[in-house]
Amino acid sequence: MNIMKFRPLFLVISSLLILTSIFSIIFWGFQWSVDFSGGTSWQISLPSKPEINVIKQLLTDNGLELTNYSINQDQYFLKFSNITSDKKELITNSLKKIDPKFVDLEFETLGPILGRELMIKTVWAIILSSISLLLFIGSRFKDLSFGASAVLAMLHDALILIGSFSILGHFFGAEVDALFVTALLTTLSASVHDTVVTFDRIRELKSFTFRLDWVELANKAVSEVIVRSINNSMTIIFMLLALVVLGGDSTRWFAAALLIGVVCGTYSSTAVAIPLMLLTKRKKSDNVKK
Amino acid sequence: MLRNNRRVLTIFWSIIAVTFLCIIVNLPAKFNLFGRTFYRPDFSLNLGSSKIKPNLDLRYGLDLAGGASLLFEVDTSQRKKEDLPQALESLKLNIERRVNLFGVSESNVQMANQGDKYRLNVDLPGVTDINEAVKLIGQTAQLKFMGVINDQLFIEATTSAELLKSVKDTGLDGSHLVKSEPSPNPNTGVMEVSLKFNPEGSKLFEKATTDFQNKKLAILLDGVVKTAPMVNEIIIGGEAVINGDFDIKSAKALSAQLNAGALPLPIKLIQQSQVGASLGQDSIERGVKAGLVGLGLVFLFMIGNYGFLGLIADFSLIIFGLVTLTLYRLIPVTLTFPGIVGFILSVGMAVDSNILIFERMKEELRAGKSWNNAMELGFGRAWNSIKDANTCTIITGLILFNPFNWSFLNSSGMVRGFAVTLLLGIILGMFTGVFVTRNLLRVLARKKQ
Repeated sequence: MNIMKFRPLFLVISSLLILTSIFSIIFWGFQWSVDFSGGTSWQISLPSKPEINVIKQLLTDNGLELTNYSINQDQYFLKFSNITSDKKELITNSLKKIDPKFVDLEFETLGPILGRELMIKTVWAIILSSISLLLFIGSRFKDLSFGASAVLAMLHDALILIGSFSILGHFFGAEVDALFVTALLTTLSASVHDTVVTFDRIRELKSFTFRLDWVELANKAVSEVIVRSINNSMTIIFMLLALVVLGGDSTRWFAAALLIGVVCGTYSSTAVAIPLMLLTKRKKSDNVKK
Repeated sequence: MLRNNRRVLTIFWSIIAVTFLCIIVNLPAKFNLFGRTFYRPDFSLNLGSSKIKPNLDLRYGLDLAGGASLLFEVDTSQRKKEDLPQALESLKLNIERRVNLFGVSESNVQMANQGDKYRLNVDLPGVTDINEAVKLIGQTAQLKFMGVINDQLFIEATTSAELLKSVKDTGLDGSHLVKSEPSPNPNTGVMEVSLKFNPEGSKLFEKATTDFQNKKLAILLDGVVKTAPMVNEIIIGGEAVINGDFDIKSAKALSAQLNAGALPLPIKLIQQSQVGASLGQDSIERGVKAGLVGLGLVFLFMIGNYGFLGLIADFSLIIFGLVTLTLYRLIPVTLTFPGIVGFILSVGMAVDSNILIFERMKEELRAGKSWNNAMELGFGRAWNSIKDANTCTIITGLILFNPFNWSFLNSSGMVRGFAVTLLLGIILGMFTGVFVTRNLLRVLARKKQ
């Protein structure tokens, strides 16, 4: 199987994915959850299903602006600015008058400082993961170019995941929240997981045979581990798909993010990490020929 | 291979034994089977006089059990740096005392610092009225002076409701107290506790001592009676002493508590969140359902792809699940929804080791090796990949878990809940995927030759 001859195709696919991601991030941005933007998100149940305008008016009367909402049967998801507990009590009492069966399901309110902190912490986590993985893989394979290409493929996946959430946010209202950060960091590890397995096979093949050049080595290694890569991704995809379809609303997007990350990770280990690694190797084998 | 036969058999039966032990631990505390009621053994252990009884219930986080969580920012600008650690410690104790008034079990008060800022996180499982919680915990002064109107009831009161019936508010509280100090009586040398009120407090105190002359005046801190001295005379001028059976230590302790009636540092509420219990219950049920369906698919996929080998892998996956749940109960791990997702994800990753090994075995079989040789080689050669790949996941898992509480990394409960189940899952998954599957195969597949 000569997978490496598709390298130009992989380059086109990856470039398209990355460009789309960057485009979407710049032009559409994100649907930030209150974890990042600050403010209040409130999920309540009103079995009498009043018009949203009634609730909007109630909030306006209390000096609050409803910035976003969605309704699922008797459940209302409301987003508005940061409120004090006195005010919440006032609004709760008014809602109880509108609907005596009012249930307070989930409530969160926070100031904007915390969101900025979360962002900075996420960036730190990505930097720290990248450096540790670069050093670990580099030292395990005694070759820094292995570490560098694995980490670059990993950042490629991270960018695509971030981009797809910008697109999902624009069209389906998917929010970027603290859980998304978790999914992003997990994607980093899942991506490297597959890459390392393939690299491992290249290292092993190399110790058996001296004649094969790097491209042939890569082809042989990929064709030997690709069934495993796909099979393994399938099992993780089964678990995550079940969560996306059957899991609760609050974590559906979290599972979706993980799903995108896993699929990307499987693709990039073959289509990004190895071609990148080969880029650093070709020159070396030329030198040998001379 | 024969020389290892006994060792392999011992390992095999140990695996079976551990599995059964885990099944027992994971049984419901009480259940019905064939019309009879069974109880889970409680595994209590007697060591000399002390009895160890492990709590084997699964613990759920706020997002699953329902409850409220409050985050306060501490204003440290008024304090000198060297006083700060002590002030923060007494702030935490003070808040804990207020939280305990709520009577929630497993409440949690945590101090975290973010650069030079300090935050206080308060988790209140099961609390549904967040407004009440904010009021009680965020209040700045909780010291109250109350006149005793029913002495009998006051002494016998066991609940705060009864206690409040036996006393009458004098309007005097912690905000009127300027200072309290332990001091020896100039005549007798016996320790006393002095009180000094501000002008408004002095007037209220004069009125209180008039109203309750020859009666008791109770001093309550956060609803708990600290002392109830007898009022001997009307006191004008706002300075008084409490005398009783004080030694230096108890006098100091009382005045410290009176001074601390107000929180030592001002706090500001910056985040509140609350989850209703019904939503949490729903999340658990959906999570379990999704997990079971996903697991079923993985089982079928493995058997479909690898036949008998797949079946053995499924068995070690079940053992993996049982051991993981047992560890959750023993450590204990507080389960959150992201935690459940971490567990489900680690199931997917646990199978990975087996897939790696089986693909390797297939290759060796194709190369013409005997079944047993192919098996041992498959495990041996796949181990390198498994080890390296999982180390990478463990590295990111550790960065998510942030074990050293580095302030530039996340330490929120959600992210940690995910990291802890993922880490446990990966480590255990390596163990069951390699060690357990290998030994099960050695015993069960031997005759396939």
